[in-house]
This record gives sequence, structure tokens and C-alpha cells, in this order.
Amino acid sequence: MKVLILLSLMSFSVFAEQTSAEYVAFGEKAGLVKVVDDTMINLLADPHTKPFFEKADQAHIKEKLVEQFCAELEGPCTYTGQNMKRAHKGHEINQAHFFGLVEALQKAMTKNQIPERAQNKLLAKLAPMHKDIINK
Amino acid sequence: MLRNLFITFLVFSFTQSAFALETSGKLLLTGGVSSIEGATGGGITPWAFIGGYGTRDQVGGSSYYTNTNISDYKLESYGASVGIFDRVELSAARQTLDTQRVGATLGLGRDFKIRQDILGVKIKLIGDGVLEQASWLPQISFGALMKQNKEGSVVRSLGAAEERGVDYYLAASKIILSQSLLVSATLRRTKANQMGLLGFGGDSHNRQQYFFEGSLAYLLRRNIALGMEYRMKPNNLKVAKEENWSDLFLAWAPTKNISLTFAYTMLGNIAIKDHQSGVYSSLQLGF
Repeated sequence: MKVLILLSLMSFSVFAEQTSAEYVAFGEKAGLVKVVDDTMINLLADPHTKPFFEKADQAHIKEKLVEQFCAELEGPCTYTGQNMKRAHKGHEINQAHFFGLVEALQKAMTKNQIPERAQNKLLAKLAPMHKDIINK
Repeated sequence: MLRNLFITFLVFSFTQSAFALETSGKLLLTGGVSSIEGATGGGITPWAFIGGYGTRDQVGGSSYYTNTNISDYKLESYGASVGIFDRVELSAARQTLDTQRVGATLGLGRDFKIRQDILGVKIKLIGDGVLEQASWLPQISFGALMKQNKEGSVVRSLGAAEERGVDYYLAASKIILSQSLLVSATLRRTKANQMGLLGFGGDSHNRQQYFFEGSLAYLLRRNIALGMEYRMKPNNLKVAKEENWSDLFLAWAPTKNISLTFAYTMLGNIAIKDHQSGVYSSLQLGF
């Protein structure tokens, strides 16, 4: 019995180490893939953000975004893409473009019924990246 | 003049949405709403945020109409503001206090109206209350509200010392996204009686004093905020005991260009009437 409890405690601690409540709220990897797919659809539908993505390797960007969001939400992922500064350098992204992306993401999260608090937790992690993205 | 400005803004707001010009870069509700004194904030206190949906590269603006129906009075306010490069905000507002039956009691006549015009300027000093989520530093702005009461002789007869005055304030505001909260605190230097509707200074006190004002809101959704506000007030007139204000509000932005705010306001004593409370409703158009 004691062994069982110990085992379940151990498995719990392993589980806790790899995921956060927010990551679970997003529906883990599968949920993030859906959110990022819908975000890209929104980005391409918005004339302000479309020019940045229409000719880019969308599949690659989506893959890296899923990785990044997963890592930011303390899921079991490591971000392997370029750093934010390098990824956005020379693209002349202004504050309105940046907020355009946030809006595309917000709409996608709402469409996928991600709880509001979890949405804001992710946005809070992403917002400080503005320093490496806007006007770089 | 103000009414024309309001209409111009109305028309401009709609043409903006129709032609989707390069404005409205900011996120929903982060332009705040227009307070009853014209400056962007909550309903009764200014925030550090610059009004309108313009980003640091854009010019944004908004216009509003607010109606407050409290127990013995009606207060109307309308106006417009312009946000320039998310740095400077200019605002103009007109307030009309309908004294209804109190007017007769005071010997002014039933439905006597006291009008006041307010010009405001606000400058963002430091911080970005929306983007800087990794830092605890709030957005801090300094502002001034220049007020001119149109019924000088009436407010003097009630004991006010002057019919015009300037409020100065320092506001610190921040959205704490990880907690879905908006927190704002304002320190105001003023001697306005009931915002200036009963004049400035008075027969009990006639000097500038500092007062605290605060707001706390929970972001229910990206376009709905539920919150409360508190505003401390001076008490300069012998004839009336001015009390602190508070409200509970719900702000909703169904689209980027329109926002609606409803509040239950508790304004305490106003002139000779106690326990003034009621419903505040505000329509705002912004771009």
C-alpha cells in the first residue's frame, strides 16, 4: 500500500514537473496545434498582418510557435527556433502589427474555448517580447 | 462648439471603421473609457492610459456621451479626446448638472442647470501598462484638467470662492495580464467642489489639497471588464457636506469602435441631498 502511494506521489511529481495547469487548459500539444493553426488563418485574413506571413514558410512558423507557446506554458517542450530578435529583424514590424498578432491569437484562443485566465497567462509571457520584435 | 466636435468625431469614427485606415492598432479596451471629466480612465477617475486606439505610430480618438441618473439629480456629460502617438492625450468635455426639484428648494428654479466645461491634457511619463508584463513598473502619466463653471454667481452664492480651477493629477495604471487584473491609482491636487459643478474652494476650506483615487477591474473577457472605483473628495462648502465617491462598473466593447459602460454609482451627499446614488451609462465611439 505504502509503495503504491509512494509510486503515485512520484508519478505525480514527474507529471507536475513537466506540465502546468495552463498547459493542460490549452489542451496540451494537440490543443496548441489547433490554436496556432487558427492564429495563422487569422493572420492571413487580416490585411495588416498578411504581408508578413503569406510568402513565409507557414508550416515551419506554426511548428515553432507551438514549441514556443508550449515552452512558455511550462509544457514538456524546448523552443528550438531562432531568438525573437533575429526572427523579426528587418521586417519593420510596428506596434500595430504586433497588436494585430496578439488579436489573431486572442481570437484563435477564444474560438478554441481556452479559458480566459489561461489566455491571459500566455499573453503575459509573450507581451515582454515586444522589445525584440517591434521596430527591429 | 463642443457638440459640433462631438458630431465630427462621430462621423470620423464611422468613416474610419468603414474604410479601415491606419488607426486602431491597440487592443480592445486598452484605450480605456472616457471618465465624466473627459480624460481616459474609468468612470470617475482618470487612468495613466492614453485614450483612443492609436499606437505609438498612430493618432487615435474617441467621443462619448454619459448619462448619470441619481436620486435627486441628473448629470450629463459629453466630449471627445485625441490620443497622439500613445504619448499625449487632449480632451474636451461638457458637464450639465440638472438640479431638478433641488433647484426650486435652493431658490434657483426647478430644473436649473449648472454647466461646466473641462479641457484636459495628459502626458505619459514612463512605462507601458499593457506591454511591460515582465516588470512591475506601471504606466505613469501626469495630467491637468482646466475647468470653467458657467454659473459663477450661483456657485458663489452657495459659498464657492471661484468659478474656475485646475486639477493636477499623477496616475499610475497597469494591466496585470497573468492575473487578468487592471489596477490604477491616481493622486489628484484639487479644490473643486463636486468636480467643479459647485465651484472651486469655499467658505470652509479654500486651498488645494491632495486626494487619492483608485480603480480595480477584472478582465472577464478580452472585451469585458468588471470593476470598482473609489474617489476621495474635498469638503470645502459650509452649505453641503461633500463625500467620497465610489462605483461598480461593467465595460463592454462589442466592437473596436464602440464601447458601453454601465455603473452603479454612490456619490453620497450632493448639495443639500444625502445618499445620492444611481445608474451611470456611457456610450463611447473610438478609433
